Amino acid sequence: MSELPNGWTMVIGLEVHTELLTSTKLFSGAPNHFGGEPNRHIDPTSLGLPGSLPVLNRTAVEMAIRIGLALNSTIQRSVFARKNYFYPDMPKDYQISQYELPIDLGGWLDLPSGERIGITRAHLEEDTGKSSHMGSGGGRIHDAEYTLIDYNRAGVPLLEIVSEPDLRTSAQARAYVSELRSILIAVGASDGKMEEGSMRADVNVSVRQGEDAPFGTRCEIKNVNSIRSLSRAIEYEARRQIDLLEAGERIRQETRHWNEDEGRTITLRSKEEATDYRYFPEPDLVELDPDPVWIEEIRAALPPLPAARRLALAAAAGCTAELSALVVERGLDPLVLAAVEAGGDPGRLVTHAVNNLADAGPDAVTASAFAQLSRLEADGQLTATQAKTVLAEMLSSGDGASEIAARLGYEAMAGGELESLADQLIADHPDDWATFCAGEQKVLGFFVGQAMKRTGGKADGKALSALLMARRG
Amino acid sequence: MIRSAVETAAAVRAGRLLAVDVVEQSLAAIAAGDGDLNAFNLVTADAARADARAIDEAVAAGRDPGPLAGVPIALKDNLCTRGIPTTCSSRILEGWLPPYDATVVTTLRAAGAISVGKTNLDEFAMGSSTENSAFGPTRNPHDHTRVPGGSSGGSAAAVGAGFVPLSLGSDTGGSIRQPASLCGVVGVKPSYGLVSRYGLVAFASSLDQIGPFAGSVADAALLLEVIAGHDPLDSTSIPDPVRPISTHLNDGVAGLRIGMVEEFMGDGIASDVRARVHAAAEALAAAGAEIGEASVPAAAYGLDAYYVIAPAEASSNLARYDAVRFGLRVDAATTPEMYDLTRTAGFGDEVKRRIMLGTYALSAGYYDAYYGTAQKVRSLIRRDFDLAYEKFDLLLSPASPTTAFAFGDKTSDPLTMYLNDVCTIPTNLAGHPAMSVPFGVGDDGLPIGVQLLGPMMSEPTMFRAAAVLEAGLEGSAGRAVAS
Repeated sequence: MSELPNGWTMVIGLEVHTELLTSTKLFSGAPNHFGGEPNRHIDPTSLGLPGSLPVLNRTAVEMAIRIGLALNSTIQRSVFARKNYFYPDMPKDYQISQYELPIDLGGWLDLPSGERIGITRAHLEEDTGKSSHMGSGGGRIHDAEYTLIDYNRAGVPLLEIVSEPDLRTSAQARAYVSELRSILIAVGASDGKMEEGSMRADVNVSVRQGEDAPFGTRCEIKNVNSIRSLSRAIEYEARRQIDLLEAGERIRQETRHWNEDEGRTITLRSKEEATDYRYFPEPDLVELDPDPVWIEEIRAALPPLPAARRLALAAAAGCTAELSALVVERGLDPLVLAAVEAGGDPGRLVTHAVNNLADAGPDAVTASAFAQLSRLEADGQLTATQAKTVLAEMLSSGDGASEIAARLGYEAMAGGELESLADQLIADHPDDWATFCAGEQKVLGFFVGQAMKRTGGKADGKALSALLMARRG
Repeated sequence: MIRSAVETAAAVRAGRLLAVDVVEQSLAAIAAGDGDLNAFNLVTADAARADARAIDEAVAAGRDPGPLAGVPIALKDNLCTRGIPTTCSSRILEGWLPPYDATVVTTLRAAGAISVGKTNLDEFAMGSSTENSAFGPTRNPHDHTRVPGGSSGGSAAAVGAGFVPLSLGSDTGGSIRQPASLCGVVGVKPSYGLVSRYGLVAFASSLDQIGPFAGSVADAALLLEVIAGHDPLDSTSIPDPVRPISTHLNDGVAGLRIGMVEEFMGDGIASDVRARVHAAAEALAAAGAEIGEASVPAAAYGLDAYYVIAPAEASSNLARYDAVRFGLRVDAATTPEMYDLTRTAGFGDEVKRRIMLGTYALSAGYYDAYYGTAQKVRSLIRRDFDLAYEKFDLLLSPASPTTAFAFGDKTSDPLTMYLNDVCTIPTNLAGHPAMSVPFGVGDDGLPIGVQLLGPMMSEPTMFRAAAVLEAGLEGSAGRAVAS
């Protein structure tokens, strides 16, 4: 992202809401599933029917503790509160949340760059349903003819993770959300699918002159639903605020809405219009005071976190930090490490993991089969192109690499065969060879293409290129 | 006179009495008398008959239908009943059919009890006379010109009139004990958490508790034993196993220390009511209890704390009546207008008053002064009760300041009406159990109940004292008879 003009800098704080991967809702036994036919994943409690009562989901608490431990937070005694406001997709017209005493207090997150971002708190709360405003208004409530409400999401457990205002650039904010997402996935608490709304961010942005001035007035931006729109929204908002300040105007503290299509933020409500939520302790629930023994059990069972996994992979596979991060983000590092352990070629394993296993995932192939594939390739028995084809076949059939290579007729050409192939090509295309010898490098591609045609793809393009270059001298 | 629940269940279980006959008698009594009384919002005669047949078939087949086999029971109309209207005596729940049963309803059915219908109440249990019902007031069975008390007036009157031996009410600030006193029946507010609130339409969640009305102490004990117990659907439900009550009913009070609460015997209490409390103390002393003077100083502020905490919780609990998913809807151009029009049309004055009070008490800038202070008072009341229970096993007081009053007497001034609960409210704030036991009549010949109070989970002890009072009244001229 480009620098801000005239010595302006920005201060960013993030509130990330993540849906927790429980099988049921935060306060009832209704299923927690994304999508599905509207109003099927419901029960009296998630509809807020008269007489219904909330019962706290133990797994959601465990996930909140796991996340807290991964973010170096203190797990404390916490109290649920009611946040009162009227909205049709919120069944009880209050949201059960944590207010004064959140379950996770304090902590930090280290970005891959090494910068440390403070965590203020993380608290448990229930999600709302979803409103669809129908009619000519283009989905806006003010112009809607009628509204459809789906309560499938109502009561789904959320953890709201609040950062300190420690972020200074939109790139840092991206890195923070990306690293947080990896951590949430690693501890098994979230699927991290921003496009399905499993992770949503509210962004607080302010600007000031230089790095030492007091913080400016902040605006909160809602509806930021992807890492890409996170950067766009922050950059837009900072420039909007700078334009106002440079025009001699003041920033009003307010909540703004990110419009993805128009690429701008618009006023949702000012501070003066903010709802008085009338928080008070939720009388239908008792305070949450997890047993320290249980917390320690959860701590002991925490899986390795992304930062440690990236280091371990980079060390074992000798790859760059960027590649290592990609493999870890996709959860493929245990497979690659096991395949290295099984004698696979580290570099080729990482390449396949990044390029050819992104969709299939870590369970699509066994470590020993994956190792064998990389060995065949490293030993020159398969070309890179062939290896890719074999791997695809391994994923679909489950057969071993050698077996598939044999079936496809991929015995790579021995060195002698390659030499005679080169002789033939030069004899058949003397003019092209002369052009190549005159320094026209492009012609090399023509020769490799011819070789592939004649051998049905068996020839190792790289080796042939090297051979022809050597012949040219 | 209708048979007791204890007798009925024993006879039905033994095959000496048919549940269908018991239910027909109850339905006939309701048909004959409820046109005047208006204790019921709905009588579910067909369902009751079908349930009775099933009970009789079970007995004939050699199965035990349970401890309340064939006993007719009436349910306060704020208890959810699957597929049966549950109105809270409010227009706002018009047309709503709950898709589920309250836990107590399920438990009662499993115990063989037969629900005959849903009883009238002050709208959303807010009131002390049942005059705040959208469906008209219930009359006192002892004097049709007087109120039955409230908010569980329908349930108290149904037992007082002999329509049913048992009914269920809910008590947030005295809504079982005060009408029990006014209707001459036994009424129990159990320890908070002893009976599941799942399916009880909430008024003030931290205070609400379901409890029995019965014609006798033994019947009340039997019903309480059935409905008490842990419910995983209610997070505030007490996990401890239920202690037996019925088997200790006749253990007496010899050696029990019982204190008369001085704060509940002041000027606001009618002299005939005070006289009956003193008489009760004498009866308990005669049975071997040590009687003393107890003090719960913070209880004097109970009413003030209650009228912040209860409306605060109510303002939140009643937000869901928004016309979106169930009940009354008044259509409008915008959603906020729909809320306004629906809630204006659907709620009565007292409910609106409390929603406004509670909303104000929770507002930014006022929270600490009102809700915060009220919570501190609540803690002090609990502490003062705990201190009193270091010296006494039980406490004794009036249940209601007066006998039943006339319709309209207290409707013009809400504060006068609120004073009806001055002796009962502190118990709810403490979470403790308490019950009203009939103990004679006042100068006007109308029933007076005395209140027994105990520390958490002291129901077995409390019922022993209640049984002594009941026995002390037997044969005396003091028993009121429904007209």
